[in-house]
Amino acid sequence: MRDVGSVGLDGVALKRALERSGRRRRMWSFLVVLPPLIFLLVAFVYPMGKVFTRGFYDSTVSEIIPETTALLSSWDVGEGLPSEEVYATLLRELVAAKKERTLGLLGTRLNFELSAALGVVKSTARRGAKMEAPYKESMIGLSERWGSLDIWVALKRVSENVSMKHFLASVDLEYDREGSIVLVPEEERVYVKILLRTLWMSLVVSFFTLLLGFPVAHLMATVKRKHANLLLILVLLPFWTSLLVRTTSWIVLLQRNGVVNDLLVWTGLLSDDQRLSMMFNMEGTLVAMVQILLPFAILPMYSVMRTIPPSYMKAARSLGASYGYAFLRVYVPCTIPGLAAGVLLVFILSTGYYITPALLGGDEGMMISNFIAFHMKKTLNWGFAAALACVVLLGVMVLYWLYDRLVGIEKLKLG
Amino acid sequence: MLLMRRFLGVIFVLILGLSFGMTSAFSESLTVVSWGGSYTHSQEKAYHEPFTSETGIKVLSENYNGGLAEIKTQVETGTVTWDVVDVELSDALRGCDEGLLEPLDTLALPPAPDGTPASSDFMEEAITECAVGTIVWSTIYAYNEKSFPGAKPSTIADLFDTKKFPGKRGFRKGPKVTLEMALMADGVSPNQVYAVLSTEAGLKRAFAKLDSIRDDIVWWESGSQPPQLLADGEVAMSTAYNGRIFNAVVVEDQPFTIVWDGQIQDLDLWVIPRGGKNVEAAKRFVAFSTTTKALADQAKYIAYGPVRMSSIPQVGRHADSGVDMKPHMPTSPANTKNALFNDVFFWADFSEELNQRFASWLAK
Repeated sequence: MRDVGSVGLDGVALKRALERSGRRRRMWSFLVVLPPLIFLLVAFVYPMGKVFTRGFYDSTVSEIIPETTALLSSWDVGEGLPSEEVYATLLRELVAAKKERTLGLLGTRLNFELSAALGVVKSTARRGAKMEAPYKESMIGLSERWGSLDIWVALKRVSENVSMKHFLASVDLEYDREGSIVLVPEEERVYVKILLRTLWMSLVVSFFTLLLGFPVAHLMATVKRKHANLLLILVLLPFWTSLLVRTTSWIVLLQRNGVVNDLLVWTGLLSDDQRLSMMFNMEGTLVAMVQILLPFAILPMYSVMRTIPPSYMKAARSLGASYGYAFLRVYVPCTIPGLAAGVLLVFILSTGYYITPALLGGDEGMMISNFIAFHMKKTLNWGFAAALACVVLLGVMVLYWLYDRLVGIEKLKLG
Repeated sequence: MLLMRRFLGVIFVLILGLSFGMTSAFSESLTVVSWGGSYTHSQEKAYHEPFTSETGIKVLSENYNGGLAEIKTQVETGTVTWDVVDVELSDALRGCDEGLLEPLDTLALPPAPDGTPASSDFMEEAITECAVGTIVWSTIYAYNEKSFPGAKPSTIADLFDTKKFPGKRGFRKGPKVTLEMALMADGVSPNQVYAVLSTEAGLKRAFAKLDSIRDDIVWWESGSQPPQLLADGEVAMSTAYNGRIFNAVVVEDQPFTIVWDGQIQDLDLWVIPRGGKNVEAAKRFVAFSTTTKALADQAKYIAYGPVRMSSIPQVGRHADSGVDMKPHMPTSPANTKNALFNDVFFWADFSEELNQRFASWLAK
């Protein structure tokens, strides 16, 4: 018993020493992962959070017209036009906003909701200082839009800091006057179609890269080392070439007076006025995207195929399987991790493709990122661009989850 | 921990050094941003070089593709590196509305040589709250002569007539200009275009006209594309910016012809992003580059018309080829018989809705 006790005493000291060194080790390993962790937070988590927030939060309008915002929050469309008090408050705040040069910020946001509202707001503010009570009558006298419910509904909507309207608009939905969710009018529906098209094009691209990449990867994995290296360089060379250059080379090939058409005319397969239009459509975009994304499918497949021992096939053959049977039942299942990685990589890259559809796509080949760029650069509706981006991200995440359920993400292998 | 502190110290010194390096490198220079190509070249010759030799302030050129996204990013993050930017009229108004631009309404612009004050020497639309105009440019359509050996297109209606003049058509991907041209081709006179376009029936009419040639349209997005599309035979006619076609014809000897019927004029203006470090120098640059002489000089290098009335008689010959530039100006009387001026207020009010309608029509 005494022995045990002394061991216990020493054990306490040892335990403490162990704990101390363990703590130091943990701290060191934490310090080692700290830079990538900080990088992840700064370069990924924070901006993604920011993008997501922009999609549903915007306090610009409520800061410009705070009192009207407060009044409107208790107003409901069922009550009819707001009271004189609301008109007077709004007019005062519009005139103040004009002085502060923030009127345009309010006007452009209002215009996203209701066409031509910008002009109404601007002309009202311009003449606001000279207007006399009752303001309700004088404002309606200036522009009959002030006498319609639409502009008040739009105003109430933009003055709400938190709103799902951008996310709804990303899938062609909107709030109607009473606040229930409805489909936008048919002549304004765009995004569901474009989202589905993006999904469809990404699937087609993934399928063809797989179809074309598999034999190449198989060849590379089975030929002699020397030849495999040569093939690898042939795969990597375009991979290292700028995306823009490769896209432009496709224009050179596919255009009306391009290489392919010239060849067809020269061989007599086509006459000069029958030249094919192979770009500015979906097919041209798909062809270029398949070629550009091919290395992303080949490389993971190759790295997995290289590790499959040839003895597996030999064993299967020696047990009496035909070559085709052995290939399908023994070899192909072994390549699944690489296949899965390649397809997923190509698919995710395709959903975000921008340059190639922009240059080759014409109208049929436009993908969702082209629309996101449009709203970033041209309409300056960043809230909506953010919401569209989030919808795409969400879509990819759902597909990733599905993929995990069907194929299993733990099977994925990049090399 | 000591290691950590030393590491942080090094980073701190690096950042400090970098920021000093930056400010000293840029204090005596202005970054002027424009659309690139022959257009930027004309500005360098007529504005930047004389400005540097007079003031000693260096001018760095940068290119962009239009739009306000970059300016918005810079102003919102407080890192304004662009001092002066060349924008379209609609963006000048929009940027001003969004509070992204420095107000220029108090900027003293020099009068014309004959003493006419700047306010009446400039075109009406060319001086706005936050911008000062430089050029009038125009969207016209041009055709490749090789495509039409017989009868030549001559009216805006011919652009939409694929029976009489078969072949693909290039259009800028967007509702602006496209819808107006469709209506003019359908027989609406230029002064009625925006009134018609404001109605649902008028909008349907414009889209119906576009529908009639829908399968023959090739869409372009950047101004350098139309001359390329025409030269490659990808299209037989295309809408384009007149200066680009002029350059292709005069400098590159391409067989293109401009049809001025139904041209749509617009302005380019200088703006100063809000909160830049060189606002005073930038204002000096804007005033310097919009004098009668500077504007007339620019027309030596590119076929865009000056916005000052007093510059127009001073427009001379093309710097390289010696071609008389006057007949190539969008504002030349022979070219303006059936011309439309882009109504920015219409577009400020309706662009959201029409962009959406157009995108939906395109996705059909």
